[in-house]
Amino acid sequence: MANKAYQRIYTQLESITKATVSLKAVGVSNDELAVVDGRLAQVVKTKGDTVTLQIFSGTEGIPTDAQVTFLGHPPVLKVSDELSGRFFNAYGEPIDGGPEIDGEERQIGGPSVNPYKRKQPSQLIPTGIAGIDLNNTIVSGQKIPFFADPDQPYNNVMAQVALRADVDKIILGGMGLSNDDYLYFRHEFESAGALGKIISFVNTTEQPPVERLLIPDMALTAAEYFAVDKNEKVLVLLTDMTLYADALSIVSNRMDQIPSKDSMPGSLYSDLAKIYEKAVQLPDGGSITIIAVTTLNDGDITHAIPDNTGYITEGQLYLRADPDSGKVIIDPFRSLSRLKQLVIGKQTREDHNQVMNTAVRLYSDAQNAKTKLENGFDLSDYDLRCLDFAKEYATRLLAIDVNISIDEMLDTAWELFGKYFTKAETGIRQSLIDKYWK
Amino acid sequence: MKSTGKVTGIVSNLVTVLTDGPVSQNEICYIDCGGTRLMAEVIKVNGKNAAVQVFESTRGLKNGDKVEFEDRMLEASLGPGLLSSCYDGLQNDLTTMTGVFLKRGEYTEPLDHSRLWDFTPIAAPGDKVTAADWLGEVREGWLPHKIMVPFSFKGEYTVKSVVPAGQYNIDTTVAVLTNEEGEDVDVTMTQKWPVKVAIKAYREKPRPSRIMETGVRVIDTLNPIAEGGTGFIPGPFGCGKTVLQHAIAKQGDAEVIVMAACGERANEVVEIFTEFPELIDPHTGRHLMERTTIICNTSNMPVAAREASVYTAMTICEYYRAMGLKVLLLADSTSRWAQALREMSNRMEELPGADAFPVDLSAIISSFYARAGMVVLNNGKTGSVTFIGTVSPAGGNLKEPVTESTKKAARCFYALEQNRADKKRYPAVNPIDSYSKYLEYPEIEEYLSEKVTPGWVGMVEKTKNIIRKGREAQEQINILGDDGVPMTYHEQFWKSELVDFIILQQDAFDPVDSVTPMDRQEYMLKLVLDICDRNFDFEDFEECRRFFNEAINLLRQMNYSEFRSGNFNKYQEQLNNLISNGK
Repeated sequence: MANKAYQRIYTQLESITKATVSLKAVGVSNDELAVVDGRLAQVVKTKGDTVTLQIFSGTEGIPTDAQVTFLGHPPVLKVSDELSGRFFNAYGEPIDGGPEIDGEERQIGGPSVNPYKRKQPSQLIPTGIAGIDLNNTIVSGQKIPFFADPDQPYNNVMAQVALRADVDKIILGGMGLSNDDYLYFRHEFESAGALGKIISFVNTTEQPPVERLLIPDMALTAAEYFAVDKNEKVLVLLTDMTLYADALSIVSNRMDQIPSKDSMPGSLYSDLAKIYEKAVQLPDGGSITIIAVTTLNDGDITHAIPDNTGYITEGQLYLRADPDSGKVIIDPFRSLSRLKQLVIGKQTREDHNQVMNTAVRLYSDAQNAKTKLENGFDLSDYDLRCLDFAKEYATRLLAIDVNISIDEMLDTAWELFGKYFTKAETGIRQSLIDKYWK
Repeated sequence: MKSTGKVTGIVSNLVTVLTDGPVSQNEICYIDCGGTRLMAEVIKVNGKNAAVQVFESTRGLKNGDKVEFEDRMLEASLGPGLLSSCYDGLQNDLTTMTGVFLKRGEYTEPLDHSRLWDFTPIAAPGDKVTAADWLGEVREGWLPHKIMVPFSFKGEYTVKSVVPAGQYNIDTTVAVLTNEEGEDVDVTMTQKWPVKVAIKAYREKPRPSRIMETGVRVIDTLNPIAEGGTGFIPGPFGCGKTVLQHAIAKQGDAEVIVMAACGERANEVVEIFTEFPELIDPHTGRHLMERTTIICNTSNMPVAAREASVYTAMTICEYYRAMGLKVLLLADSTSRWAQALREMSNRMEELPGADAFPVDLSAIISSFYARAGMVVLNNGKTGSVTFIGTVSPAGGNLKEPVTESTKKAARCFYALEQNRADKKRYPAVNPIDSYSKYLEYPEIEEYLSEKVTPGWVGMVEKTKNIIRKGREAQEQINILGDDGVPMTYHEQFWKSELVDFIILQQDAFDPVDSVTPMDRQEYMLKLVLDICDRNFDFEDFEECRRFFNEAINLLRQMNYSEFRSGNFNKYQEQLNNLISNGK
């Protein structure tokens, strides 16, 4: 970060905390960036002459006579088509050894789309995974997280979803990724030969946690460039939003803010909404779809992070290890895509809605049968058939390693209905039975 | 002389300003941020320092930036043209803004000043009038929109002149009034009113005495909301809060609907924009949008304007109430508004109450709910504002400050339940925990006896009892097993299932089932109660289950058929056969 002539330089810090420094300075604007002892910092508070700066990489070793240079602008990202295929850190600097990006500087965390100018999301995004496409169809312009325990393979599922999705650009925002996961993403993208349409902003666990606060805004600024300026369909992957929220709570704690539920800042809802609401279907055809990961603590969805997320996002996808099939499945009960009704039966086959609901209902009957079994009651013939159906349904459709087209998913479901049930037991509309029953 | 000041401190959207003159609490000011004027509101004054909350992002703001105070509070512009509009929380018209993105500091006019309205005078020269009295009217859609003596006018006025019938824009002087001092004042078709102050230009506010129909059975039959009443819908995410609110908005028996989308998803508002213009109001046959105003401050729009959005919405409601209209206000969600208050209180370093919410949260919520109500206008006519808010309790736990504070203020409680939602029993309103205090009002009981059928409230109580008894029976069955309980338990359980499937559950997406008028609700409830009143003599619980499954299926088909149509009667006949064979 080269010094320029007009920049103001100070050398007297008044106070230092774990994440912030304060000093006397004039003419400083809110949200402006500064460099403190070579580290990037941002103005978070001004009071009279005193300016408080948040130092992204932490304050370890910063002396009171550190040199402070104000840069005169908030965080920016240089945007152009050169972004494609590149890997960046939280500051938007290349980390793949390639050259600097030449492009237009855009402030990150920009304004919101006028809700009146939005269009209703209407384009299905197929992923090949039946737990998504069949039961919880994703639509472009949607925002939806995976709710998963830390031991589940959410990053693998996300990588698969991204590579299969029919989109123009995939933007990865990695927050607190382990170095292994970062290399995994890199390897997957490279070996799929899809690198050209992928842009990654990565903060690994080896880097300071506060830096990751910049990642979503960086990723979404790039996304807005392609969606708004280029009318492209952009898919943004954000993993792991729980670590992002943890970083928020660290900062608010250091700023002496009063925590609300689960030691999270009182503004958590707005902070998360600002990110997720960037998902949009634009009037000129471009769109931003956000698929995120929120890791859960022991499946607890009442924790402030998943709870606030659930109120913001358009549904959620639960990953669950299914002991009967021995696979990780997308839980059909608790998962939900709020926008699926916009495409089901409209861009998919006419039997989609009924097949989806019937299969889930029969799967739920199987759960009841299981409870009955556990409580020592006798199982009826129907109960036994439900249990067999459930196992095959989980293996062939709910498991995350499925990769088939939606028509194949529907055909598979019909095959299972025919194998285990009578027509009447499915309760599907007669006209559809006549056409599709196997 | 308006005061000015300069910025001395910034934390996010809380800015401190050193002032050079008097400022008042809640006064509006504009901060000059490099040529962009940012609107802000005074929320605390300490000596010469005013703390203001900025309704926009404060990025780039500097200490020393100039502030101009406006000598007025946050105001809503009131006049013809409010209906079918779409505003942000500060009443900027979102439809006339340029560009895809919201531009900071772009403020647009709420009302169209050039549009001409067909004005018809009501008052005549010589009439004595006070604030809110009707001077004339224009047609707004199909509604008579009254042009009133501005609410801010104090004392009695004499009408000096009123323009003859004709076409005028809202800025035309349509009447000249003379005050008690003999001074003439001009009245146009538009006026302004501070949103945080309730409009009280009416004669009295009696207890609500009528029911507002929503077409939703679990509300109208079980826990009706009164016209001019208040209610709230708390529920975890995914329980159908928004679907229920949209259903009420589409079907509510109101002449004007104001929807405040406060801190919620933008795509939900897009759904309203996309669907409402297509939908027809079941009561008038007109387009729904014609009677609807949308105030939309979605979760990614500036937080401080969230609070303003509910007040702006309420002020518009009160304005239409003063015209003698039935107004319904829906706010989704009041929790987001409370969270906005929390963020501000936190930045001001106030001592927090429970869950870090400000300590006066309860008082703020209850004084807001108190603005709803039925009123008798100066001319003896009535108007009403019915208010239903949703609450998004953290973690779905109803023991949190916003739900608890709202419970004290609202008279109807519609608890959405995760368990019912998981079972897809929609609307997922818990029939036992929910309540309507209005059922206890003697005047409401009398009204329902007259409007629906004699002894209606007794029947409703009986229905609730069936559900309670069914729950008890179900618990016993779960513990002891199907064979371990007497037959009466199975019968009790299935009778409550009958009520659940036929009365409580309703398909919001079915064209027929989604709206149930009161006469149909009465008919169906009587039919269901008639079955519940019978004592059956089933051989075993399998027979009991079969009988009720079949009855439920037939009654459901009736719910899906046009009332008293051929199909409806056919299923009714099948049901009658089933019942006479069942014994």
